[in-house]
Amino acid sequence: MSTLIAERHPSDSLFRADRLPHIWCPGCGIGPAMHAFAQAMVESGIPLARHVCVSGIGCTGRVSGYLNMDSYHTTHGRAIPFATAIALVKPELEVTVYSGDGDLFAIGGNHFIHAARRNVDINVICINNFNYGMTGGQVGPTTPMGARATTAPFGNYEQPFSLPYLAAATGAVFVARWTSLHLRQLKQAMLRAMKKRGFTFIEVLAPCPVGFGRPNDIGDAMEEMTLYRERCVVDPVAPLDSLGIDLREKDHPIILGNFVDIERPVFDPLAMMRPAPENNAVGKRQEGQ
Amino acid sequence: MKGEPAVLTGQHFLLGDHACAEGALAAGCRFFGGYPITPSTEVAEWLARRLPEVGGLFVQMEDELASMAAIVGASVAGARAMTATSGPGFSLMMENLGLAAMMEVPCVVINVQRGGPSTGLPTLVGQADVMQARWGSHGDYEIVAYSPASPQECFDLTVKAFNTADRFRIPVLVMADEVVAHMMERVTIPPAEAIPRVERKRPRQGPGDNGFLPFKADDDLIPPMVHAGEGYRVHFTGLTHDERGYPALTAPAHDRLVRRLVDKVRLRESEIVEYEEYRLEDARVVIIAYGSTARSARRAVGLAREQGIAAGLLRPITLWPFPAERVKKLAERVRAFVVPELNLGQVSREVERFTSLPVLGVNHAGGAMMPPEPILEAIREVAG
Repeated sequence: MSTLIAERHPSDSLFRADRLPHIWCPGCGIGPAMHAFAQAMVESGIPLARHVCVSGIGCTGRVSGYLNMDSYHTTHGRAIPFATAIALVKPELEVTVYSGDGDLFAIGGNHFIHAARRNVDINVICINNFNYGMTGGQVGPTTPMGARATTAPFGNYEQPFSLPYLAAATGAVFVARWTSLHLRQLKQAMLRAMKKRGFTFIEVLAPCPVGFGRPNDIGDAMEEMTLYRERCVVDPVAPLDSLGIDLREKDHPIILGNFVDIERPVFDPLAMMRPAPENNAVGKRQEGQ
Repeated sequence: MKGEPAVLTGQHFLLGDHACAEGALAAGCRFFGGYPITPSTEVAEWLARRLPEVGGLFVQMEDELASMAAIVGASVAGARAMTATSGPGFSLMMENLGLAAMMEVPCVVINVQRGGPSTGLPTLVGQADVMQARWGSHGDYEIVAYSPASPQECFDLTVKAFNTADRFRIPVLVMADEVVAHMMERVTIPPAEAIPRVERKRPRQGPGDNGFLPFKADDDLIPPMVHAGEGYRVHFTGLTHDERGYPALTAPAHDRLVRRLVDKVRLRESEIVEYEEYRLEDARVVIIAYGSTARSARRAVGLAREQGIAAGLLRPITLWPFPAERVKKLAERVRAFVVPELNLGQVSREVERFTSLPVLGVNHAGGAMMPPEPILEAIREVAG
C-alpha cells in the first residue's frame, strides 16, 4: 500500500475527481498538458463558469470529461464546428477545443482550416503524440517520416503536416508549439491564447510510450521525453516553413516557441454583415453607389 | 441591421423553401448553419438575408458535417438552431444527428428530397429518404419527421418541428420534397402571439446544487436542459452516459439510456402523430400518400369517385412516427390500400406491417411529380 501524501490537491476542484482513475497510460503526456490548461483557466481571471471545453474523439478527446466545467465530448473531428457555434451564440464564453492530432487534422482537418480562415474566436489546443493512441497506435497525419505504426509496419512514408505552419498559413492569430515537458511555457501560451480574441492554436508534443514509443523502440515515457528534449530548440522567430519535425535525423531540431501573435478581424457575422459598399464591395458597385 | 420583423404576419405568395425559412424565424430560430445544396439552397439564401435583420446568426459552414455539428453546438448554447439540406448532405448529417439524439439536443433539419442514390437527380424531385430519415444514423433512436405537402405546411410544420424538438429534446426533421419546396402558393402567417411556442424544459435547481444530475429524467423521461455558460459545469458526451452525464460503458447503462431515449418519444406517439383524411368516411380503397404525391392522390380520389369507386386519402403529416394506429383502424373496414410514392417502396413496407389487406404500391424512382393516372389505375385494380 502506498501512503497518501495529501488528501486534497489545490487543483482538485478543477477536475471531476469522481471520474478517476483516468484512461490514460502511465507516461502519457496528456495529463500534464491538461493540468497546465486547468492552471491557465484559473490564472486567466475569467470565471470558470465562462470557460467551455469542447473535444472530439480519442485519448485527448477525453480531456473534456475530466475537467469540472461545461464540457462537450462531441463526434470524431467535429469539435471545431460545434465549438464555433457555441462561441457565436454566446460570445462572452471562452471556448477551447482540446483534442488530438488525428481528430483535429485527419478527420477534422477541413474544419480546422476553415475556422482559422474565418478567425473564429476559439482556442484550439492539439496534443500531438504522432499516432492514433486510443485505437492502438495507427499512423496519422502527424506521424513523422519513417516512424512505425500498426498500420505503417514498414515505417511511415507520407509527408506529415507541420501543424504551426498549417495554422499560420490558414490564418490563426496566435500559434505556438511546446511539449508536455515545457509546462510553464505551455501555460503562458495558453494564457496568451485565452487573452486573445480570434482563432489561436497551440500544439503540444506529448509522449505516447505505448502507441508510439514501443513500436519505434524509443523505450519508456522518460526516454521519449529525453529524445524530444535533446532536440528541442526554443526559437520563436524561426521561419514558419522550418517547423517540420523529422525524427530520423539526430541534428534536426524540434523548434518550439510562440511563433505568431497578430491581430485580424474576429469572425462576428452580425457585426460583419453590414451593407457597407465603401469598405467591402468588389467590382462595379465600388463606384458611385 | 434594420428590416422586416421576425414574424411576417400577413398573406404572402411564397416558395416552399422560403416558407420553411419564415417558419423557422417565426419559431424563434436564431442560428442557421448550412451548406448550399439543390434543391434546398433557397432556405439558406433567404435566411442569409433575414436572420441578420432579427439579430440571428447565419453561417455558411464548410460542409454538411460541420453544419450539423454547428447547429447542435448552437443549441447547447441555448439557441433555436436549424440547417437545411438535400440527399447527399443529409447523408453527411447522419453522424451528428446521432450525436443530437444521444446528447438530447433539440434541433431542426430540413431535407428537401431529390432523386438518389448519390448525386442522383440534383434538381428533380424524389421521396426516397423516408427510411433514411428513420434509420439513417447508427444505433437505436426515435425521430420525428414531418412531411409538408404545400408551402403553407412548410411554414406551419417548421414551426411545429422546433416545438417538438424542444419538447422532447430530440432532432426533428422536415422531410420536404423538391416539388413542394419549389412551388409557390399563398402562405398565411399568423400574428406573432398566435405562433405556438413550446419551451425547453429547464432545471429547477440552481447551479450551486451539488446533487444536480443533468441527465436525470423526470417522469416524462425527459431531463431538463442546461445550456453552456450557466455555471452548472455539465458534461455532454456522445458516449453512453449515466445521469451525471459521465461515460458509463456497460451493458446495463447502455440499455437503460437507449431505452429511455426511445421511450420518451415512443410512449408519446399518440400525441405526436398527425395525418389528414380526405373522403375516408365511406372509402373502400384508401390511398396513403405524402408530400407532393398526396396532391396527385387527391386528384386520383376525385377521378375514382367519378367512376363510382369509393376511394379516400390518408395523408401522413408525420412520416415518423407513422400513423400506424389509424392504418390498423381503417384496415378493419376497407378492402385495400394504395401507396403511391416517388421511391420503389418505402412507406408501402410500413403499411404492410399493419395490415393483411392488399397493399399496392405505385412507384416511380423520382425525377417528376407522380401523376394521378397511375394512382387511379391502381385504385381500379384493387377495387376489382
